[in-house]
Amino acid sequence: MNEREKILARIREALTVQAPFPGEPRAPGQQRPSPAQVRKWLPPAADSFDEQLALFRQNATSLKADFYALNLRDELKSRLLALRDAEDWRKIASHSGELTDLGVSALGVPVLKTDSGYDINELEKCDAGITECDALIAQTGSVLVANRSAGGRALSVLPPHHVVLARRKQLLPDLPAAFELLKQKYGCNYPGMISFITGPSRTGDIERILVLGAHGPRKLTIFFL
Amino acid sequence: MSRPVQQFKAQAELSTHNLRLRATIQTALEKYAVVRDTNRRAFQDYQAARQAAAEIKWEAINHLDRYLEQFVSKLEARGTKVHWAGTGRLAREIILGIIREKKARSIIKSKTMTSEEIHLNEALEREGFEVVESDLGEFIVQLNKETPYHIVFPAMHLTRGEIKELFNRELAADASDNPEELTRVARRVLRKKYVGADIGFTGANFAVADAGMVSITENEGNARLTAALPKTLITLLGIEKVLPRLEDLALFLPLLATSGTGQPLTCYNTMYGGPRQPGESDGPEEWHVVLLDNRRTELLADAEQRDSLHCIRCGACLNVCPIFRNVGGPAYGTTYSGPVGSVITPHLRGWQDWKHLSFSSSLCGACTETCPVKIDLAHHLLQNRRKAVTQKSSLAGKLGFKLFAFIFNRPRLYRRVAPLGRLGQKLHPLVKGTRLDPAYAWTKSRATPQIAPRTFREFWRERNLHEIQQRPMQETKGQNQI
Ligand code: SF4
Repeated sequence: MNEREKILARIREALTVQAPFPGEPRAPGQQRPSPAQVRKWLPPAADSFDEQLALFRQNATSLKADFYALNLRDELKSRLLALRDAEDWRKIASHSGELTDLGVSALGVPVLKTDSGYDINELEKCDAGITECDALIAQTGSVLVANRSAGGRALSVLPPHHVVLARRKQLLPDLPAAFELLKQKYGCNYPGMISFITGPSRTGDIERILVLGAHGPRKLTIFFL
Repeated sequence: MSRPVQQFKAQAELSTHNLRLRATIQTALEKYAVVRDTNRRAFQDYQAARQAAAEIKWEAINHLDRYLEQFVSKLEARGTKVHWAGTGRLAREIILGIIREKKARSIIKSKTMTSEEIHLNEALEREGFEVVESDLGEFIVQLNKETPYHIVFPAMHLTRGEIKELFNRELAADASDNPEELTRVARRVLRKKYVGADIGFTGANFAVADAGMVSITENEGNARLTAALPKTLITLLGIEKVLPRLEDLALFLPLLATSGTGQPLTCYNTMYGGPRQPGESDGPEEWHVVLLDNRRTELLADAEQRDSLHCIRCGACLNVCPIFRNVGGPAYGTTYSGPVGSVITPHLRGWQDWKHLSFSSSLCGACTETCPVKIDLAHHLLQNRRKAVTQKSSLAGKLGFKLFAFIFNRPRLYRRVAPLGRLGQKLHPLVKGTRLDPAYAWTKSRATPQIAPRTFREFWRERNLHEIQQRPMQETKGQNQI
């Protein structure tokens, strides 16, 4: 027997004795909570689009992320330019995408693209990483990214400023909705990495005092178009 | 007395007298409790969420073989190499084997208690590899040559002043005690390590069976960098981490965050499905997942305590435990401390050496009350006490109780022996509090109950005699009739 078989055999042997179920016995098929049930237990998410937007804004703000809902795509360019000047971006990184292409084109600084192989040392030198995303989650103020939709694994976490460009229709009410989306979108072929990003990187490891920018970005800016 | 008991007592004594340390811990935990309570209240039905989590974990653990096989076959289908390790020693050998094969020198780690469990860092360092902890708290305790004080807050026992001194000494930094500045020092040092590391090493919070993904929860971004930059990634996880379905995370991620750090959701909750896939731009070329048993199957075989494998290592039970709060993590001498550590350690590391942990509890039940997956920890502690007694009790204890039973079952003998106790107690002050005292273990920290000046029998006999002399005849008669 190899190690795998040995461990599995020990597990099967152990499980011959039943352990009591921790609650009311369930009918078969009733065994797991539906997303609708989970939704009723978690912190409330709003129903209408406007309420969800307000909730996302409120959560993002309390997480110390910057959130801007923009009306015109032109406005995106001017906002990005303002950031570039305020933070003196010399070089940025991004990936190909409808929104990222639009945003990056206006910046006039060198852009490292992370769509295919790239040099980590170069990415480390970038002042900002601009990505798209899979969804925004109102309930938690999170940005959902996957390596397929957001330029790989490192782009959204290595540069000191992560700028997210999101579309109106990407706003979701809550976590159950986010997992439904993942299932629909990726089915049984999940991407190598999926991440819920909830605010800029942080730590409380020194006397539980909040410090932003532990290892990941110190700043997270979300543009909602 | 065995060694872990002595070390527990000695360390507990030290910690409880260290007022500075206790103040640091109390402040940290009070901050935690405030946010935890706010965010638990934000749930529409927190109790229902806990109940569902307990049921889902029950399902996972009670069909562990099936879910593990599903998890592994999904992982392997996408090119991840899965290794099974029955013991900590085997896990270390597997990991060392991978590192040697890659001819690697430096390893960057993100926080994992499971690697503490198998003493991985020591093993790697013995072989001459450079191992760097990247989680800030872990980095601090590594630099300070300590083990984590707490499974979630590794450096909670250190003040910023102490961390400043540590950094200035060990990293030749010139920082003030401003937490931001200190964090920046660590960030700068660790960035270099990331870019240069040959191997990334992580733990895992959940192993999602239906998607074949590993879920990692963190705040700093260090685990994300660990899993993105080095060419080879190794992930070590206990076999009990399984969750049946990806959507179960919709419940477990917020529960873990609220109980763990008090946050509504931790900053990064990341699921990994494989090494770099064709067409992907980055990520490790190779991913090795090491599944560790290390006597978890023994806990599994104990149907009564099987649910202690439901634990998601949030640390909430440590935070509310009056014992942990006062004696602190190091006293336990275990990887997992606090109530859950006291429950599982005897199973994982032997009853004789570790049963004392189950006795160092006031059974107040705060742990049971707070556990997000509803493990009845207080009850398990009680069960452990029973098991410890049936496993083996000391010879002196056994003889003592035999003698006790013998005497108490024989009224005449008892009547003879009882006055001896009184005599003994008269002589006791001569030796009390010294090692000569045969009852030293008891009297060291407790008052000895006073043996009554007369026994009830004596009292009754005297009283009757007295009454017969004093009272009118009828009454005595009447009494006798009853
Ligand atoms: S036993 Fe419960 S409260 Fe304690 S660490 Fe595990 S999950 Fe958290």
